[in-house]
Amino acid sequence: MFEVKQYDAVVIGVSAGGLAALGEILPQLDKRIPVPIFIVQHVSPDSDNFMPTHFDSHCHVSVKEGEDKEPPEKGTVYFAPPNYHLLVELEKTLALSVEERVNYSRPSVDVLFDTAAEAYGDKLIGIILTGANSDGALGLRKIKQFGGLTIVQSPETAEADSMPRAAIEATDVDHLLPLSEIGVFLNSLLMDKGA
Amino acid sequence: MNQEPEQIENERLEIKLLLEAIYLKYGYDFRNYACAHTKRRLEHRLNVDSMENYSAMQHRLIHDEAFFNTLLLDLSINVTEMFRDPWVYSKVRELVVPHLKTYPFIKIWHAGCSAGQEVYSMGILLEEEGIKERSQIYATDFNELILQKAKQGIYPMDVIREYTANYQKSGGKQSFSDYYTADYDNVVIKQSLKDKVLFSSHNLVTDGVFGEMNLIFCRNVLIYFDRELQNRVFNLFYESLCPGGFLCLGSKESLRFSSVADKFEVVSGREKIYRKKR
Ligand SMILES: C[S@@+](CC[C@H](N)C(=O)[O-])C[C@H]1O[C@@H](n2cnc3c(N)ncnc32)[C@H](O)[C@@H]1O
Repeated sequence: MFEVKQYDAVVIGVSAGGLAALGEILPQLDKRIPVPIFIVQHVSPDSDNFMPTHFDSHCHVSVKEGEDKEPPEKGTVYFAPPNYHLLVELEKTLALSVEERVNYSRPSVDVLFDTAAEAYGDKLIGIILTGANSDGALGLRKIKQFGGLTIVQSPETAEADSMPRAAIEATDVDHLLPLSEIGVFLNSLLMDKGA
Repeated sequence: MNQEPEQIENERLEIKLLLEAIYLKYGYDFRNYACAHTKRRLEHRLNVDSMENYSAMQHRLIHDEAFFNTLLLDLSINVTEMFRDPWVYSKVRELVVPHLKTYPFIKIWHAGCSAGQEVYSMGILLEEEGIKERSQIYATDFNELILQKAKQGIYPMDVIREYTANYQKSGGKQSFSDYYTADYDNVVIKQSLKDKVLFSSHNLVTDGVFGEMNLIFCRNVLIYFDRELQNRVFNLFYESLCPGGFLCLGSKESLRFSSVADKFEVVSGREKIYRKKR
């Protein structure tokens, strides 16, 4: 029997090369996409967080910086603020933290993925994109353990391939996709196909 | 290996019981802290000490106070720096200090002061504005170990470069090195900055008002509390401020959705500076 699975959220982890990679994926997303999307993009602590503003004006979905205690809405992309970890609470609200760096990073992909897996269980899609470190590998493995769907950008299409490679190393990932296909894939997976 | 839903539920139950045990045994109440963060900190300790599960951890913390103290350090995030978010301090100079200058005697409370960096930053600011001599700073935290560090005011040399950059961006008027003496690996904050500070233990969850303040700094503490607990603490601050007193929160914290929102005016949105209405 074939069962169509419903997903409730998407998390994305990305580092070096993120502006271009997200610039390929986010503008493709349908504005009626029925889930929230959380992104950790490594940025320097005193960056002004140009990305949410930039993508908000270039995408169909709305894009903003995640706020502490904010209840996430569908069709919206939330970026972790510079110098804060972004977490998801069990009751599915956002939380921020100034705790120590994880994998030399704050925000850290592992922190987001770990807590999102706890909150969304098997209703979560985790995606690792380009990056020159290994943040997110453990987090993606946890998403898989909790029954979620795991996607990694195929290393050949990544500006920096260590983050995708570390993720593939740590987890038996469900889909390896070239950058150009990830946005389309998400639309087709998440949009209601009308029976 | 997949996690069974029941196993996950059981683990959450164990964590609840563990927080209950901490409260009953030691009086520290973490039951209304943001869960995701608490879970991560406990998991960290579980892994570092290779413990079987949270029930084993609960047993140990009940019988072993030293272990509980370690756990307390894990749970209270002490990450801090001098002149953190420098633009906040320049706004304080610009918008708050002129009001402070009108008082014959100034009381300032740093709630959740961690290892003291924020407190000494304020001391420097007050000194440069010429109002330190008539100020009294109360610096509180619920973690005794971290308060000891705060009193000593000794910080590793390798963070000083960052602190110096922050100081300069904050509108500092001197050379930052005027405020400490350096030995090999550490710097020691100079005594005159410590004279005006009273460090003491205070738990925002369980303790009450202890004086009427002109300015309260409580930065990066409330993000760890749930809404209910935040509202309790906002009320405590409201009660602790003189009419027209100022409250400064962390850059990602806000009074906006709180139960006291209409009792304060916004002095500066980005810097999260508020003023109690008269
Ligand atoms: C992240 S630090 C913030 C330090 C400093 N205010 C800053 O912004 O750089 C949080 C501090 O809050 C303290 N804290 C946490 N819960 C508390 C409570 N219930 N009562 C008093 N202090 C608390 C912790 O011990 C820790 O030192």
